[in-house]
Amino acid sequence: MKKQVNDLSWMIGGPQGTGVDSSATLFARACVVGGLWIFGKREYHSNIMGEHSYFQIRVSGEPVRSHLDPVHLLATFEDSTARIHAHEVVPGGALIYDPTVTHPENLNLSKEALLVPLDYAEILRQVAAETGESFSKLVIMKNTISVAASMALLEFDESNIEKALSGIFTGRKAKLVPTNMTVARKAYSFIKKEFIDKFPYQLESIAHVPKRLVMTGNTAVALGKLKAGCRFQTYYPITPASDESVYLEGFPEYGMMVMQCEDEIASVEQAISASIMGVRASTSTSGPGFSLMAEGIGWAGMNEVPVVIVNYQRGGPATGLPTRHEQGDLFFALHFAHGEFPRLVIAPGDHEEYFYDAFESFNYADRYQTPVVVLADKGIANNTQSILPFDESKLKIDRGKIASKEDMNRYAVDGMYKRFAFSDSGISSRTIPGMRGGIFWMSGDEHDELGHIDESSANRVKMHDKRMRKLELVRREIPEKEQVRLFGDPKADVTIVSWGSPKGPILDALPKLKKEGINVNFLQVHLLWPFPVEPVTRILKKAKTIIDIEMNYSGQFASLLRRETGIEVHHKVLKWNGRPMSETEVFNAVREIAAKHSEKVVLTAGM
Amino acid sequence: METEMETTPINPKNLSDAPLAAKDFKTDVNIDWCPGCGDFGITTSVQQALAELRLAPWRVAIFSGVGCSSKAPHFIKTYGIHTLHGRVVPFALGAKMANPEIEVVAVGGDGDGYGIGAGHFMHAGRRNIDLAYIVFNNEVYGLTKGQASPTLGRGQKPKSLPLPNVNEGVNPLALALSAGYTFIARSYAFAGAHLKETIKRAILHRGMALVDVLQPCPTYNDLHNKEWFAQMVEIHGQPKPRCFDIEKEGYDGRVKDPANEEEIAEKKKQAFEMAHYRGEQVPLGVFYQIELPTYYDRIAENAPILNQYTPTTLPTEDESGRPTTDLSKPLGNLLV
Repeated sequence: MKKQVNDLSWMIGGPQGTGVDSSATLFARACVVGGLWIFGKREYHSNIMGEHSYFQIRVSGEPVRSHLDPVHLLATFEDSTARIHAHEVVPGGALIYDPTVTHPENLNLSKEALLVPLDYAEILRQVAAETGESFSKLVIMKNTISVAASMALLEFDESNIEKALSGIFTGRKAKLVPTNMTVARKAYSFIKKEFIDKFPYQLESIAHVPKRLVMTGNTAVALGKLKAGCRFQTYYPITPASDESVYLEGFPEYGMMVMQCEDEIASVEQAISASIMGVRASTSTSGPGFSLMAEGIGWAGMNEVPVVIVNYQRGGPATGLPTRHEQGDLFFALHFAHGEFPRLVIAPGDHEEYFYDAFESFNYADRYQTPVVVLADKGIANNTQSILPFDESKLKIDRGKIASKEDMNRYAVDGMYKRFAFSDSGISSRTIPGMRGGIFWMSGDEHDELGHIDESSANRVKMHDKRMRKLELVRREIPEKEQVRLFGDPKADVTIVSWGSPKGPILDALPKLKKEGINVNFLQVHLLWPFPVEPVTRILKKAKTIIDIEMNYSGQFASLLRRETGIEVHHKVLKWNGRPMSETEVFNAVREIAAKHSEKVVLTAGM
Repeated sequence: METEMETTPINPKNLSDAPLAAKDFKTDVNIDWCPGCGDFGITTSVQQALAELRLAPWRVAIFSGVGCSSKAPHFIKTYGIHTLHGRVVPFALGAKMANPEIEVVAVGGDGDGYGIGAGHFMHAGRRNIDLAYIVFNNEVYGLTKGQASPTLGRGQKPKSLPLPNVNEGVNPLALALSAGYTFIARSYAFAGAHLKETIKRAILHRGMALVDVLQPCPTYNDLHNKEWFAQMVEIHGQPKPRCFDIEKEGYDGRVKDPANEEEIAEKKKQAFEMAHYRGEQVPLGVFYQIELPTYYDRIAENAPILNQYTPTTLPTEDESGRPTTDLSKPLGNLLV
């Protein structure tokens, strides 16, 4: 049988709290140890224990940035996963199941799927007999059995599991490696050759692949903040944002002040005042918390305080879909808080950008002395990807205009400093509390150059102009490649335009579309505000067909595009069922638009 | 009668090299409070306290919320940050945690602190951040024409209200005690020396200090006006001043041994009772005080580098702006 090598989609599921995440971590790390690339999609309920969760891992010999709809191998160790996901297994795919609890005849499973029964209890009994460990203690290793049996069916080298286990269980936990390996070897021995011969998918180790990072988007943001010198992080527990703050709390050696606050109102305000004191400060949240932060961020805009807010979008409105994915906050990010103030909104689209944007957002905040919103989302925050190590060599920290000696001579009078001195660029140099001669005031009221309340109409116009003018500077100074990114053939007739997490499935779908004779390129709008009118207009004017792809009901980006450039998008691919887009979905949707010129394709895949 | 806990030394970096007077803390900004407002008395006392403590103006940051009293920072010559309604506490806390070397003082009104900001008020006690919080308490929302504030008692009807107040008044001192404030005091806006000394003690206290300052609102609160506070009242046939200093009458709210749980329980009980003092007189003074580890101490216990640096002084880049943070440990865990 000719096998499909290093290109498949594996899934494991189970009630929350039964080790689904650790199985997926083991599977993913074993693949990466073997030189392969992975993308892992994690789906879970807003629940601690008992509700169904699952992890889908795509494995490839090449870098991958998205998941696929079909499942080639579904590994189960209890019945609910088999019942919920059996229909996703492709003809020719396989189901690993426990025959004591799952009865395949009751499943909505392809007749051409391979059934691989696995007697988990017998495996554990044999291991217990051979090692002298108690059976009840070994029960938690069912997920190791699922992973090892999957690897055996895929003919993947057993040593990859051992290396992966050694990476997961370190220090005092290292003693768990041998027991897990005994269980894994036993599971390998239970997968008979007749099954392997009938299964058309295979994983093969690739040698001499450099080491890669395996991480979630939350972790990438956390590391970007640390690297940027952020030493003040506030948060209020919320899914899917708090993983970032909790991760940072685990590294006290950096001295980062991580404060769990009483609510998101306090979170953003503590970050703002810490920033006034001179430390780079940030907060991370999701929709409901972001809504509460609006007033505070407006105050920071009024008082020209640099602060970075990472909003991990999830399904809204209200509590919405707390553990699910959506890009519904674009309009809100552009407009939250009353009145007008300059803000930057950037939308990273993949794990690398989560790191670099988290880093660069502090430079923007300091340089333009205003709030910067990083519009992240659950899709990337909780999904795992293998990526090349970050290139830290080009990173530079720019703290913006802090009062120099010359500034002191110019703007200081009698110990007080014109913190809000009028300037052509809109930026004034700032002093930090504690600096002699630097006394300033701040106020949420309109204020004069020293910061004292001044409601006069002349001052209002001058000061408001000064603040708002900073947006023009942003447009001029931020390099075009940081505002927009064009992927694929610049001369293609069809241009996909998108922002944030659909980047992965779009990039993965492009070469496959090209093979189908559909020449498409992709414009990623990375800076959402101030809107990059000039480059977006220039690029989109060349396209015969424009397709907007985003994860919300109304096509918020398409509306923004029309508002800012007058360009109307006639084809939209939208999804709001809470599950991220797959490569499969993007591929099919673009193909449908190319063939039928559909105006709107609504995607619904994912359980 | 000074004890050790009241003389916690001021960071020498924050001391002015020359003696200071209250006028050194005055700005030339036009003060737009109504004539006779208690805000004048409190602001003057703050200026005097800062001068007597010889705090260099540039080493002090005064935060405020929103309301009449929250304009105070504009009239005081230190770094002054006039924030949002009800939010003075989170802003002040963030600043103090970022740079614990700066003297941070929070001021605001009763509506600001006990109404819209009540949630923050409670949590500030749990954290015990080294902060002095002075609440200007006049029982009304003056800037919006005299609506009832959270401290106005039920059934009371100042002239600004069309009908008597239907809410019970909150007891800020008892609330602070339950929340874990480690310095709880009350004074009166025109009790000059008492107020100034109480503010000084609050600033010197290492931990979260509340000074609830009763004050007249001459425009809207005709129930508790300057005359009312200055009246003599009859107690057991004897004329007594309306406001009296409990510490002059033998009350001692200070916990001497913070490890002694019995003493703590006793002093808390005493403070709770004094906070609910019934009668014609109004007790002033320090109701409760204890020295406990601050929030910064607790964080630095887990992250000892914060004893050597503050978040604002941690080195994070070299002179050319290259980041110096070494991520090899976290990245090493993620590298496969």
